[in-house]
Amino acid sequence: MRKRAIAVAAIAAAVSLVVAGCSSSGSGGSSSGATITYWASNQGTSLANDKEVLTPVLNDFTKQTGIKVKLEVIGWNDLQTRIQTAVTSGQGPDVLNIGNTWAASLQATGAFLPFDDANMKAIGGSDKFVKTALETGGVKGKPVTSVPLYGLAYGLYYNKKMYADAGVQPPTTWEELVAAAKKLTTGSQYGFSLAAGSYTENVHFAFINSAQNGGEWFDSKGNPTFDTQPNIDGIKRYLDLMQTDKVVNTSNAQYDNGVQAVNDFATGKVAMILSQNNADSSIVANGMKNDQYGVVPFPAPDGGEKVASHVAGINLSVFKNTKQKDAALKFVKYMTSEDTQTTLGKPYSTLPVLNDAKPNFTDNAEEAATFQKIYNDMSKPLPLVPAEDQFENTVGKAMNDMFAKIATGSTVSDADIKTALKNAQDQVKQSLGG
Amino acid sequence: MRETTSSHVFRWVTVAVLTVFTVVPLWVMVTSSMKPLSEVQASFTWWPQNITFQPFIDMWSTVPLASYFVNSLIVSSAATLISLVIAVFAAYAVSRYRFKGRNVFTTTVLSTQMFPGVLFLLPLFLIFVNINQATGIQLVGTRWGLIITYFTFVLPFSIWMLAGYFDGIPRDLDEAAKVDGSGPMGALWHVVLPAARPGLIAVAIYSFMTSWGEVLFASVMTTDENRTLAVGLQLYSTQTNVYWNQIMAASLVVSIPIVVAFLLLQRNFVAGLTAGAVK
Amino acid sequence: MSTTTDVRGPAQTVPVPAAPPAPKRRRPKGWWLPFVLLAPAIIFELLIHVVPMLTGIWISFLQLTKFYIANWGEAPFVGLKNYAVALDFSGSTGAALLSSFFVTVGFTILVVGLSWVFGMAAAVALQGRFRGRAFFRTLFLVPYALPLYAGIITWKFMFQKDTGAINNFFFDTLGFSGDKPFWLIGNNAFWAIVIVAIWRLWPFAFLMLMAGLQSIPAEVYEASAVDGAKPFRQWHAITLPMLRPVNSVLLLVMFLWTFNDFNTPYVLFGSTAQPASGDLISFHIYNASFLTWNFGSGAAMSVLLLIFLLIVTGIYLLAVNRRNRNA
Repeated sequence: MRKRAIAVAAIAAAVSLVVAGCSSSGSGGSSSGATITYWASNQGTSLANDKEVLTPVLNDFTKQTGIKVKLEVIGWNDLQTRIQTAVTSGQGPDVLNIGNTWAASLQATGAFLPFDDANMKAIGGSDKFVKTALETGGVKGKPVTSVPLYGLAYGLYYNKKMYADAGVQPPTTWEELVAAAKKLTTGSQYGFSLAAGSYTENVHFAFINSAQNGGEWFDSKGNPTFDTQPNIDGIKRYLDLMQTDKVVNTSNAQYDNGVQAVNDFATGKVAMILSQNNADSSIVANGMKNDQYGVVPFPAPDGGEKVASHVAGINLSVFKNTKQKDAALKFVKYMTSEDTQTTLGKPYSTLPVLNDAKPNFTDNAEEAATFQKIYNDMSKPLPLVPAEDQFENTVGKAMNDMFAKIATGSTVSDADIKTALKNAQDQVKQSLGG
Repeated sequence: MRETTSSHVFRWVTVAVLTVFTVVPLWVMVTSSMKPLSEVQASFTWWPQNITFQPFIDMWSTVPLASYFVNSLIVSSAATLISLVIAVFAAYAVSRYRFKGRNVFTTTVLSTQMFPGVLFLLPLFLIFVNINQATGIQLVGTRWGLIITYFTFVLPFSIWMLAGYFDGIPRDLDEAAKVDGSGPMGALWHVVLPAARPGLIAVAIYSFMTSWGEVLFASVMTTDENRTLAVGLQLYSTQTNVYWNQIMAASLVVSIPIVVAFLLLQRNFVAGLTAGAVK
Repeated sequence: MSTTTDVRGPAQTVPVPAAPPAPKRRRPKGWWLPFVLLAPAIIFELLIHVVPMLTGIWISFLQLTKFYIANWGEAPFVGLKNYAVALDFSGSTGAALLSSFFVTVGFTILVVGLSWVFGMAAAVALQGRFRGRAFFRTLFLVPYALPLYAGIITWKFMFQKDTGAINNFFFDTLGFSGDKPFWLIGNNAFWAIVIVAIWRLWPFAFLMLMAGLQSIPAEVYEASAVDGAKPFRQWHAITLPMLRPVNSVLLLVMFLWTFNDFNTPYVLFGSTAQPASGDLISFHIYNASFLTWNFGSGAAMSVLLLIFLLIVTGIYLLAVNRRNRNA
């Protein structure tokens, strides 16, 4: 019937309306007097705190360059969705923070400005950045689409008093670590607290432990190689902390973010935690003093590779279709300059991403030096492939399940781990179109 | 209604069980809102060891609660009003008329409830962006984008329920009004709406509460200036800490006006509005 | 809701002075009224609901991943591939989807059933006038009035193994023996979401049923009481049938919303945990697709969900209509 045909045509037209605005166009523009939009992530104690910290820094930038910055701080719950809608619609900020582990995935969308020679020169050159930090900016072999902004790394925090009381020295190998943890697990006190219910934390440690065994998660062509022995061994010994060594409270299988583990440490319930260096503010806020705890690198097994952390942190990206490219690049240069890095290091408890810069996130010089060493020399970037987010998703959630199994009384064997990793690998292969 | 012993017992057993079920979490909320953060993160206690009202003070500054509250109020109220008007008209048509395409309409409207909301997100965002590019009307990042989204989201259920309530009002009443000289609109206004008042209130409450609590689209469609409460509450969970006590305190405070409104609306749930009307 | 009158033919007025009711062949006066009344609803539904849905269906035939998200036009057309993967129950994607489906079915039956029972019980219990009725009416609606996030977060609090109120009550206060169970991981996660969902849903059923009960005149009950009817019989013979229009809609939407519930698992388990026994289908689709930018697959799973729900709804409506016709 004619009416029906009209209706179908109308709907088809409407759907194409949706698609029409998808592609994007870009143009440059003069920078002085311009306004750029900047999406910052939550790095401080609250969004309001982030605004407080950033506003003077942004005002300084405006004074220096005449470019105004419209700031929006976005919570972690929403950031990925906001980026997705921005990429999809072509309407987004000019500059934004991203979790640096997202960099390779975001690069694959093609929506972010590559820092080719010209752009890199405009922000001060690539030599100023710590090498491993810069590597996180994108896939190897292509110009990166993000540059490091804030550096973070995992360290092993330990309670000095508990150590002294038990007569234990800070561990330098995995074996020493387990022995120490066992000695420190008495009564209601546990040696360790882990965020065993958080898939992001779990996958980080799957990666780190496997890296200590020399393992890899993707081959050179970008195909997943999850169920290989070094990976299995790495995961097994991490799970065994709760399963066989019993130095981790089974309740930790419910901890779905690192803050809960940090709280256990700060209130004296556990002797050690593995946390990124921005745990300091939480620890101190909960009553522990700076000199009551120490930090050492997360140890590798005897003879293993000395990888103590993945390269964690925040990177800065520019939207490809920004209409204020010059202004945006100037802003990136400013945020990654020495002065700004020093200013922001303390309130955000981050490590500098610039070579030769001194960390100032803590007054404890020893701790600062330890973290700097870990970040600069002992860290390895997570797989720099577009499927990285699927790696995190599938492997991390598999580990959540395994911890849950252990906590509710079952056992997880090598074979179980292998099966779980194979499943994860299949899922990633499928989504890659394999 | 005759009150027998068994109906008495039934009433009080039901009320007791449901009261406990309802109240226990509320008790946890209230007491948690009065505990200092360290106590809230520690082992649970039924009564606070150190009662403090500091969370009720801090909560306004950790997160711009007042601004979020106002935004939510504006968005939810506007969405409720607009959706009620549109739904009343549509429900009246569905209930009182047999027209061509009636089944198609009701089926389509119902099928919108079967799609996971997550999947509407990107296409809807795109539509708004395209409207902006085509007409210059800014929808993303304004309250209107959210209002339009919300009143449309609640339409299907509102139309369905109102049609159901309208169906329960005998057509004789409409006819009686028409005989007195008013057209269909008059019948709607003078007869059907007053008789359906409890239904209207119930649907209004549903519309308001749905808009009030929606998180996913609010997180994407709003910016800092017009962020709503539902999204804002999540921001008490920050990079460094989860301020449980402030979340509880904020939730209680923003719910008080709603609960008061519920109390005031009580008298609209009065029995027998249609009783005796058809004589 | 049974038949539509067929209106065809040109609109002409028959020149009869006494103007009897128009014969069915002609369009009755004001035939345009229902369409005008519906127009705003139709326009906005199309724009906000239908077009995005159609777009979603279209996406399901594409391989819309992060590589193509900035330019949908370039995403390769893969036909039914996304569906094949989702329905391949021997593969991990399909198996996970199937398991999530069963969890959701069980969850929905329990939650809708119990919420309706609670709502009906409360509506009936609070039907007669008594002191404190307004108080209880308001109290029962409070979970509904609370911001969703706060309510669910409170339950999350209460479900903690060592520090939570629930285990505290049963094991410390009442002195149950044995280990405190986990509620948020493992198999108990299912019961956790069921309880939380009922807590939030039953006040809604209560609200709708309460409104529906108000349209039943008190005289009907009084008349039946004079005839010697006991309360249960009154409920069965008067309340239920008179609530049928309300109930038939209420149960259906409760079913649809509960089946599609995203917020409960999302807030209860957070964005970093996804226990298999609490993996409701909406949440599952979100995790399996949105988080990994695999929108084509997510759209295909959503369409499968839509088809399933359409079938169930169709059967339900047929059954309801048949009852209406026989009533």
